[in-house]
Amino acid sequence: MSKVKSVLGALALSLSATSFAVAGDVRVMWYSDGVEGEVIQDLINRFNKDNPGINVILDNVPYKAIQEQLPVELEAGRGPDIARVTNIKALADHWLDLTPYIKDPEYWKANFGDQFDWMRPDGSQAIPGFMTQMTLTGGFANKTLFEQAGVPLPGDDATWDDWVAAAAKVQASQQLNAGIAIDRSGHRISGPNASYGANYIGPDRMPLPVDDGVKAFAERLVKWTADGAMNKETWVSAAGTTYRAAADDFINAQVAYYYSGSWQIANLSTKIGDSFDWVATGSPCGTVACSGLPGGAALVAIKYTKNPEEVGKVMDYLASQDVVREFTERTLFLPAHKGVIAGDIDFKTDDANVKGALKAFVKASTKVAPAAAALPAWKWASAYYGALVTRISQVMAGELTLDEAYTKMDEDIAKNVAEAAK
Amino acid sequence: MSGNKAPSGLSQTAGALLLAPVRLAAMAVDPLLRGWQKLTGFNGMAAFFLVPNMAIFGIFVLLPLVINFIYSLTGGTALFLPDRSYVGFEQYGRLAACGNYLDPNSCTEDQFWKALYNTAIFVVLQVALMTVVALITALVLNREIRGRSFWRAVFFFPVLLSPVVVGLIWRWILQRQGLLNFMLYEVGIDPTEWLTDRFWAFTAAIGVSIWAHLGFYALILLAGLQAIPRDLYEAAEMDGTRPMRMFWRITLPLLGPNLLVVIVLALIRAVQIFDEVYVLTGGGPGTSTLYLTQYIYEIGFASLLRNPGLASAASIIMGAILVVLTLMQLAIARRNERRSGKS
Repeated sequence: MSKVKSVLGALALSLSATSFAVAGDVRVMWYSDGVEGEVIQDLINRFNKDNPGINVILDNVPYKAIQEQLPVELEAGRGPDIARVTNIKALADHWLDLTPYIKDPEYWKANFGDQFDWMRPDGSQAIPGFMTQMTLTGGFANKTLFEQAGVPLPGDDATWDDWVAAAAKVQASQQLNAGIAIDRSGHRISGPNASYGANYIGPDRMPLPVDDGVKAFAERLVKWTADGAMNKETWVSAAGTTYRAAADDFINAQVAYYYSGSWQIANLSTKIGDSFDWVATGSPCGTVACSGLPGGAALVAIKYTKNPEEVGKVMDYLASQDVVREFTERTLFLPAHKGVIAGDIDFKTDDANVKGALKAFVKASTKVAPAAAALPAWKWASAYYGALVTRISQVMAGELTLDEAYTKMDEDIAKNVAEAAK
Repeated sequence: MSGNKAPSGLSQTAGALLLAPVRLAAMAVDPLLRGWQKLTGFNGMAAFFLVPNMAIFGIFVLLPLVINFIYSLTGGTALFLPDRSYVGFEQYGRLAACGNYLDPNSCTEDQFWKALYNTAIFVVLQVALMTVVALITALVLNREIRGRSFWRAVFFFPVLLSPVVVGLIWRWILQRQGLLNFMLYEVGIDPTEWLTDRFWAFTAAIGVSIWAHLGFYALILLAGLQAIPRDLYEAAEMDGTRPMRMFWRITLPLLGPNLLVVIVLALIRAVQIFDEVYVLTGGGPGTSTLYLTQYIYEIGFASLLRNPGLASAASIIMGAILVVLTLMQLAIARRNERRSGKS
């Protein structure tokens, strides 16, 4: 049986573009949203210089490889030694428990412990890795466009309806494609859903049917798209669960308001430069909260590594306070490390928009609804996100009514749960 | 005469020298092969020479096909067979479960049925249009037009492009703020949502796939046109036959075998359509351009919760459709051969 697995594993690997670790090396599979690939390479170069016995190799891959190829490699019992991932909970069975290989597990628990449940199977006490960054979904407004249109930016407690109305005025005044754009992702609309009272998780931790909270925001999304207030291309021009970011529309000043997340800060700063002023707004309010969805990317050790001792040393280095602080300051990410958060963080940027945006996201993190806060550690979150994005897109395209879509969402989620139980 | 013989002798010597190692090798293995032939007979010898090819075919085509079928009989989200549970034909039953087969929304796997219907409509329209346009193109390129070689290269060039490049180029042209809308705006026409309107997106998918593959099929037809003897046209001209009658009575019948090749190849390619449309429309708007291959890819690989069993079952069904279509084409070809043999 193990031979069959090895052969199929080798086949899966030959289909993937990624390389795999050989004895003596520690391979890190890494994707980048902004400049973090350069920063981590710099940090790893220093580690390699100080640790001649260990050769850390950084494999920079597209995000799609992390989402689609890495799970296949892991199922084959292969893969890199360390990987940066976002689908943290669903693949938790493949992570290595670093406890025997790291110097001071208590340091890890004290500084990263709040997110361990996001990355380990329910009930486990393992230490699989650490969050390289915390993220929170939230909005960005093109301040220059609002000023040119003479429309005041809605305040802290403004609702989604307020923001869309204001953005629509800017759209009309500045002849924009659309007032707002939201990334095509079930994850992205789950914070707003929670703001309208949605709860996905039942008392038995199994998925609940879509509720009024989901319906309230889904109806708005469909209406905004039909009205032309929301950018149609991002959501409508794809089928299934295909992810589409709308960042380029915001960067090119084609929309006045963009809902994505804190990980976009460095990207926006780099690409917008001084073309226009922009601000982060946190998440607009619904009827019960003004919530974004917390999450982030984790650096995890893979349990199929041949060099766990070396992996432990590399992870100890990358999780150390000074390294995390430098990584945070240079990448403009929100840190997960409690010691770093407690100290002074000197974000390395001259862009005034960035410092304001980081402050706005820190402020917004205090408004996260409990229903949203529970999602990163929930096993079935991906099933829910997939059903939301697939079916709402079909309603926007005119293929389904909203009521049909709600029924299909429940069916999709139930089918996924049933299939996973086989 | 002697001037002609000298190069011939030189080339013969060069050829003999080049072939010498081959001849030596053949002489070395000859006794072994003769012995093997005595042992296995003539048919055994044929099988012996076929073994390497069949081994490659078996490993890279038949074995994956069998593994795929086995996968289609299993359930769960695990990737490897030993970790998967046997569910019999449950995945096929799930794909086939429909309240009303004319209404995909009534089906348990509504996206599969939408993909199936989309593929069927796409195949009919794309193959028909592709064949007609390729034929017209070949007829034009077969005429004594100015810069004929240049135009042949122009029509063939898209075939050399990667499907991803084709998809991206046309996406940039057709997207809301793309080149086409810009040009329309410049002449005072309102922009059209080419990729977010269901009708236009489907039309664009057909148009782009024809643009990308037209050159290949036109080339096959061009070769067929050039093989038609000129004297048939000259004789018809002398009889005062009109050009359209010549086309229907000479060109089309003699181009029949080439047209059949074009239709078979275009049909198979159309059923398998994926890459350029996936880049162009992503299967949207909604599921308007979601075709079978993309459905299989989404379910088997791209979805956040994969279902390899369902994807395998869908791919087996798609394979069966392709086999049926190919057998139908072969039957038509054989019937035509028999008819032409009789006549």
